[in-house]
Amino acid sequence: MSVIAIDNLVKTFGSVRALDGLDLRVEPGEVHGFLGPNGSGKSTTIRILLGLLRRDSGQVRVLDGDPWRDAVALHRRLAYVPGDVNLWPNLSGGEAIDLFGALRGGLDERRRDELLRRFELDPTKKCRTYSKGNRQKVAIVAAFASDVELYVLDEPTSGLDPLMEAVFQEEVRELTAGGASVLLSSHVLAEVEALCDRVSIIREGRIVESGTLTELRHLARTTVTVETVRPLTGVAELPGVHEVRAVDGRVRLEVEPAHLDTLLAHLLRFQVRALTSAPPTLEELFLRHYGDTVTTSDGGAR
Amino acid sequence: MSTFAGTGRLARLAVRRDRIRLGIWVLGAPLLGYAIAESVAGLYPDAQTRLGYAETAITSVVARAFNGPIAGADVGAVVVTESYLTLALLAALLSTFAVIRHTRQNEETGRAELLGAAPVGRYALLTAALVVVVGANVLAAGLLALALVGIGLPVAGSLAAAAAIGGVGVAFTGVAAVTAQLTVTSRGANALAAATVGVAFLLRAAGDVLGERAATATRLDSAWPVWLSPLGWGTQVRAFGPERLWVLALPIALLVACVAVAYLLAERRDVGAGLLAARRGPARAASGLLSPAGLTWRLHRGALAGWAVAVAVLGLAMGVAGHEVDAMIAENPQAAEVIAQLGGGAELVDAYLAAMLGIFALTIGAYVVQALLRTRTDESDGILEALLATAVSRTRWLGTQVLGAVLGASVLVLLAGITTGLGYGVADGDPVGWTVDLAGAALLRLPALLVVAGVVTALFGALPRWSVGLSWASLIVFLLLGQLGSVLDLPQAALNLSPYTHVPSVPGADATAPPLLVLTAVAVVLLAAGLAAFRHRDTPR
Repeated sequence: MSVIAIDNLVKTFGSVRALDGLDLRVEPGEVHGFLGPNGSGKSTTIRILLGLLRRDSGQVRVLDGDPWRDAVALHRRLAYVPGDVNLWPNLSGGEAIDLFGALRGGLDERRRDELLRRFELDPTKKCRTYSKGNRQKVAIVAAFASDVELYVLDEPTSGLDPLMEAVFQEEVRELTAGGASVLLSSHVLAEVEALCDRVSIIREGRIVESGTLTELRHLARTTVTVETVRPLTGVAELPGVHEVRAVDGRVRLEVEPAHLDTLLAHLLRFQVRALTSAPPTLEELFLRHYGDTVTTSDGGAR
Repeated sequence: MSTFAGTGRLARLAVRRDRIRLGIWVLGAPLLGYAIAESVAGLYPDAQTRLGYAETAITSVVARAFNGPIAGADVGAVVVTESYLTLALLAALLSTFAVIRHTRQNEETGRAELLGAAPVGRYALLTAALVVVVGANVLAAGLLALALVGIGLPVAGSLAAAAAIGGVGVAFTGVAAVTAQLTVTSRGANALAAATVGVAFLLRAAGDVLGERAATATRLDSAWPVWLSPLGWGTQVRAFGPERLWVLALPIALLVACVAVAYLLAERRDVGAGLLAARRGPARAASGLLSPAGLTWRLHRGALAGWAVAVAVLGLAMGVAGHEVDAMIAENPQAAEVIAQLGGGAELVDAYLAAMLGIFALTIGAYVVQALLRTRTDESDGILEALLATAVSRTRWLGTQVLGAVLGASVLVLLAGITTGLGYGVADGDPVGWTVDLAGAALLRLPALLVVAGVVTALFGALPRWSVGLSWASLIVFLLLGQLGSVLDLPQAALNLSPYTHVPSVPGADATAPPLLVLTAVAVVLLAAGLAAFRHRDTPR
């Protein structure tokens, strides 16, 4: 049974179709990366999962419940970190953490203290004096100190410095080691690459790609740079080879993973002196879906 | 001097940012002064009524505490006595908020840092704010003087009266310049400056209560504490009495001294830092906080305490003043008419007390609106989203907000009745009887407040983005219908729109159950509708 199961989800705001038949599956125990640029519908999807927005049509199941109807029961079993944390200016950070924990159904005291220490957060400061990063930490500590089955994180590390980012990644690994599932919406591709078992890429309210990073890489071309003793000819005519360019006496080309074998066989005949092969980075995968066209909708998600 | 570089540009920026606020202030305050002056001049047209008024103003402790010392029995002196408190407090608070808005708030939001990185001197931000606020005070005072001359008051007195009001604004401009250097938050700086206004009010009131009737003229000579208060200085100018213009040097001297101190402080601190350390809070939450009800109490208790103090002080004052009603009415039949209109017949003292309770009920309506509209602020700030993502249902959350607002209003209404009854009873010799009577009478106003809560809740549920404006507009409509309805001869159908029309005007009138039950039923329907709408809608920012 999936932790999150969304089929053909549609949500419109006035004339804007923010979600346009979105499908998403998050399986138990996995960290699922949820990628997409601003306005593509990530936050709208998450708000529907939390029962904050009503869906227009489609099926949504969270922990085998209906996120709108069973909101309260489900919220005891999940924790949420928003991307833009607002707190009560006159409460201290510690009070805010305890309050969120209590409203969710209690938090693990030992974990709370441990997380405060690891994230170097002073809980006695009033929330109005926290910087953006520190407000973010308050929400992260409150969520991670709750012992729940699902963590919904909407750009949780915006505003954290690289040291804290590293702490965050370790803590997420700890959560999944305990059997929890995580939906991680993020712009930080390095973070997604480091943490996520599977990734879904959303564009204009639809999922355009979904799978493990390895699977996604198989869909994309590998970049090969080769230097041969004898002049290289005939590569452009090989199946699955694209973008052949000569650079400084070397040849650079892109090849579909399925045809890598044929290419290598062909290269051997020209006496290979040096060869590098780079699998596509997540950034390249991402840009493949976004780089070619300017996104048209900007009112999708808030 | 390079420390002042960019002042002119920053002043223009401040005027540009606040062109609407400043416009309302500079035009609105003189207009308000004009309106009060005109109605007062009409109420006391001849020397006889004015002497009667002056007599009350000198003998009544309540009148002395609130209105300050009367300087004579001319029209102008009566106008000043009736309008001074309102206009001076407006000038003081508006100046304070404007200075802090353009100094500490800029630092708090980080805008000052952005400006400080540009070729802008260390003193420029503060100086620009001072130039703009002092300028606004001078302009407003000039227009007020014109307005007073316009209704036919002597020129010298009009100028002195307007300058006295402007002086109060100038003095508190200086005070705010200092408090802006002390705290890290603009909220703290505002609170500190407003507290100074409060202390100034108390000092002035004490000085005037302790004052004595002048030996040779119709005038109250204030005691020494007024000289410690910038609010007192304005009264000591004695506009329309034989004026003492030298007193106007005091606010200017205070401004100069405060600005010097502010520059000195600004020189010694970092941008964004304050001299008073930001207060810390507990690392762990008390168990009382850890529920929607606990959170609501925590968020509203400060405002509720402030309201309670204000209601109690006013209640006692209104109660004590009730005892002077008879004397006042004997000398002024027009006032009797006004009171009878507000209170709706019966014995005049009863009508007066009923009118006071009615005004309290309307005012406490503002508490209900303000407390309940926190729902919308939380929603647009995104705090509501984080709360609803926990195991708190929408019904429980909104229900808690409504309950908190209604309980707070109940406390305030009860307190209004108790203190008014106590004030009147002590003077009348039957404190217990009057306290019980008026507490009961005050509670009969509660159904109208329930309807106000219902209106706000329904608006929040059905039209979240419009709820703030529409809620306040509704309360203002209720206020206007109550205050002006009978004066303007509006049809009963229009008057019936306000829940306040339907509460029995006790004491003095008979209390009957049906209108109260209907009001309660209307409130329940509105609350249920608001709750239902909220449960079925999105949570837009």
